[in-house]
Amino acid sequence: MSSTQVNEAPARLEWRVATVTSVRDETPHARTIVLDVPEWRGHRAGQHLDIRLVAEDGYEAQRSYSIASSPESASVELTVERIENAEVSPYLCDVLRAGDGLEIRGPIGGYFVWHATLEGPLLLVAGGSGIVPLMSMLRHRSRTAAGPHTPVRLLYSARSLADIIYKQELDAVAGTPNSDIAFTLTRSAPSDWNGYRRRIDRAMLDEIAWPAADGARAFVCGPTPLVESVASLLVDLGYAPERVKTERFGPTG
Amino acid sequence: MQTEDMRLDGNAAGGTLADVFVPEMTAARLTCSGCGITRPMGTLLEYGQTMGLILRCPGCNTAMLRMVRARGCLRIDVSGTSFIAVNEGVATV
Repeated sequence: MSSTQVNEAPARLEWRVATVTSVRDETPHARTIVLDVPEWRGHRAGQHLDIRLVAEDGYEAQRSYSIASSPESASVELTVERIENAEVSPYLCDVLRAGDGLEIRGPIGGYFVWHATLEGPLLLVAGGSGIVPLMSMLRHRSRTAAGPHTPVRLLYSARSLADIIYKQELDAVAGTPNSDIAFTLTRSAPSDWNGYRRRIDRAMLDEIAWPAADGARAFVCGPTPLVESVASLLVDLGYAPERVKTERFGPTG
Repeated sequence: MQTEDMRLDGNAAGGTLADVFVPEMTAARLTCSGCGITRPMGTLLEYGQTMGLILRCPGCNTAMLRMVRARGCLRIDVSGTSFIAVNEGVATV
């Protein structure tokens, strides 16, 4: 058996120290952190990392953050939404600098993952920073030979235009074949906005989602109420529950 | 305080579960001893993370798996789970 086969025994998940190689602001509330992880063995689109911060008095805080980068990328990128008065995300968004170390373990997850060789069209539904693992899937789709053959539709709900993470990159994806991207803004929208302007509802999913008969795979990620509402609406529209994969993002970040 | 909006799911428990289980567990299928329905770990509802976690059945709310870490000991109660199936040969990468 060659060492590159994927059916080798899984390695134990250990904490290790990654180095921040750069940071960049995506929106006023979200920052991408580029990491160099020693002995990184790659990841699958949709997986996350656990991050552990330890205070001087020994107090520990641990959170999960989705990987934004493509599995084909050499670096590991996280995009973190800054949540006011939270324990971890303000440190990651305001304090962490290039050259700093960051204690991580991962990649983690085998349920909320997608690979370009899976058959069936792809439906991605994101709320807020729930776009992050879905961006990894879109990047993976763009960078593999099989990927562009998978038709994709993304519905992304954000508070305002400025809160849309990866806006330019998503607009570029929307200009490629087999790719439809729709935004809905729930709090404020420019006067000339021609996208949706409300929370995701059944009528919106009726317009955007692949018909159930197309056998699409749906990935839904965002705040718990959005994820549960969208998943249940998709099942109402005829999606098989096992074709609707969900990941809830918490408000505690 | 835990509100319904604060619950996460089994995906967020993947790292903590790796303290006990070697294979990737969010894709493992667990059978609820309350209602008998089998679902992937990633779909279970997760409450709490500081001292430990509880994973509940999204159908009948049975506590299927509880983990508590205290004084250097990890305690796990799986009395709410009657069966666990894990795919072999599925790498984490």
